[in-house]
Amino acid sequence: MTAVIKTSALRKDFTVWHKTGRLRRQRRVVSAVDGVDLTVTEGELLGYIGPNGAGKSTTLKMMTGILSPSGGQVSVCGLTPVPQRTTLALRIGVVFGQRSQLWWDLPLSESFSLLRHVYRVPAADHAARLRRCRELLDLDAFLATPVRQLSLGQRMRGELTAALLHGPKVLFLDEPTIGLDVLSKQAVRGFLAELDARGDTTVVLTTHDLADIEKLCRRLVVIDHGRVVHDGTVAQLHAAYRSRRRVVVDLDAPWPADLVLPGASVERVEADGLRVTIALEDTTAGELLGRLAGSVALRDLSVREPEIDDVIARLYAGR
Amino acid sequence: MVEPYLRLLVAQVRGQTQYRASFVVELVFSTLMTALDVVTVFVIFSVNDRLGGFGGTEVLMIVGIAAFGFPAADLVVGNVERLRVYVRTGLLDAVLVRPLSALGQLVAMDFSVRRAGRVVQGTALYVVALVVAPVVWSPGAVVLVVLAPLSATVFFGAIFVVGATVAFWWIESGEIANAFTYGGRDFTSYPMTVFSGLFRRVFAYGLGFAFVAYLPALALLGRSDPIGAPDWLRWCSPLVALFAAGVAALFWRTGIRHYRSTGS
Repeated sequence: MTAVIKTSALRKDFTVWHKTGRLRRQRRVVSAVDGVDLTVTEGELLGYIGPNGAGKSTTLKMMTGILSPSGGQVSVCGLTPVPQRTTLALRIGVVFGQRSQLWWDLPLSESFSLLRHVYRVPAADHAARLRRCRELLDLDAFLATPVRQLSLGQRMRGELTAALLHGPKVLFLDEPTIGLDVLSKQAVRGFLAELDARGDTTVVLTTHDLADIEKLCRRLVVIDHGRVVHDGTVAQLHAAYRSRRRVVVDLDAPWPADLVLPGASVERVEADGLRVTIALEDTTAGELLGRLAGSVALRDLSVREPEIDDVIARLYAGR
Repeated sequence: MVEPYLRLLVAQVRGQTQYRASFVVELVFSTLMTALDVVTVFVIFSVNDRLGGFGGTEVLMIVGIAAFGFPAADLVVGNVERLRVYVRTGLLDAVLVRPLSALGQLVAMDFSVRRAGRVVQGTALYVVALVVAPVVWSPGAVVLVVLAPLSATVFFGAIFVVGATVAFWWIESGEIANAFTYGGRDFTSYPMTVFSGLFRRVFAYGLGFAFVAYLPALALLGRSDPIGAPDWLRWCSPLVALFAAGVAALFWRTGIRHYRSTGS
């Protein structure tokens, strides 16, 4: 597999000035991105997450040629983004959740045909790609509406289409589901899953919505304070942070407080001792149940898989 | 090469005409403002028929070149002053991910038709000046008649671009830029002899504003510079304009690398 995106020791420093007196100001250098090494291969769908201010957007902006790096290397599609910005722009698509790429006062369809000329796309290719997006994203109902009158969900579907009409090799999505309702989120996710299944577009996705990650990304990169703190699958993340499965049991009689469970720990006792949450540490659900069956009156039980939100919350909180 | 920019420009004009009433009001207003500019020239000469050692028609020559150059530059690249809005809001991000020159896009995306009225009036003023002023015609003068207003346009365009790039370093930069653009326009409309001292040395010859209208007008009128610039310098406006454009390009390139975008 060939690397489509490669960064090594990528860094971006910002100078900030602090007021220290009435006139005096102090100069301080903040590294928004502080030595990121990343390789993304062709066709991959990469989730790039991190708390606010972790450096996600800054990394994306260096990859797309918007910001020039303060240090290190970045190459996308074999090009150096800032010096080769206009060439690179033909091979990448970018969607900013918080910023429109479309023409505010023009109908969506006219924005699309304008983009065909901006990217010099052959008419047939453009028509074929637009047809596909119209079907998959249900654009027909609002193609003739000026962009300023579109709902956020409709606009985001328009933005996705706009970013793909020139057939980019890499698609950068910066929080594409931010502020969307459930249905629009599903539409966007379904579309990205379809794009991923075709396998000819590499996608880098930043998001705060962890459902996006669970549904879409096999590989997850977590960045914090400008550094990569995790790079692997979602399962590896759970393993690394020892996420635990939980067994929730409902009982007929209150929980005996003196019960000892090897390899598991009681997390919570609710409903006057009739509902208990037990975290599995060093044992299996089967072993635990065998032990419980002998000591308490079980009425009902459920096994809960670890939630990615918990892991990420612990990751962010522990910084 | 130019086609994508033209498409952007047409889209912009179409977007503008969506707000029809506002478009008409602005057009009428800007035409009135230009008429006022012309009136100012006549008012000055109704008070005094010589200005800095130059007669009325001679000054009209200087005014004519500046009156074409400034609005023409304003029409073509004046909207680059909107750069500070793009920088402050981070909208420049969207511009930078398109496969076109950032400057070209800004110019096309904020093109405003209402500025064209002033160019028409400036052209009329320049033609009148050429007819009534005592021009010493020669082959060189004929070339200069065409090149002088174009050089003035390029020079002012460069000033607009340099002024706008200040936004890359200093977000709230509007007034500084205006001092050089609008200030420069007023400065170039007068014979340099009305100014004096360090101010004249810095602005007229140091920063090159004398080359915009004053020196080429002297060449067309066949007069030497009373301040003492050598005669050949009067023909150098096109070179100075090209140099200014080069400096502006350098500012732009450096500035864009300093772009910090916004959070998220």
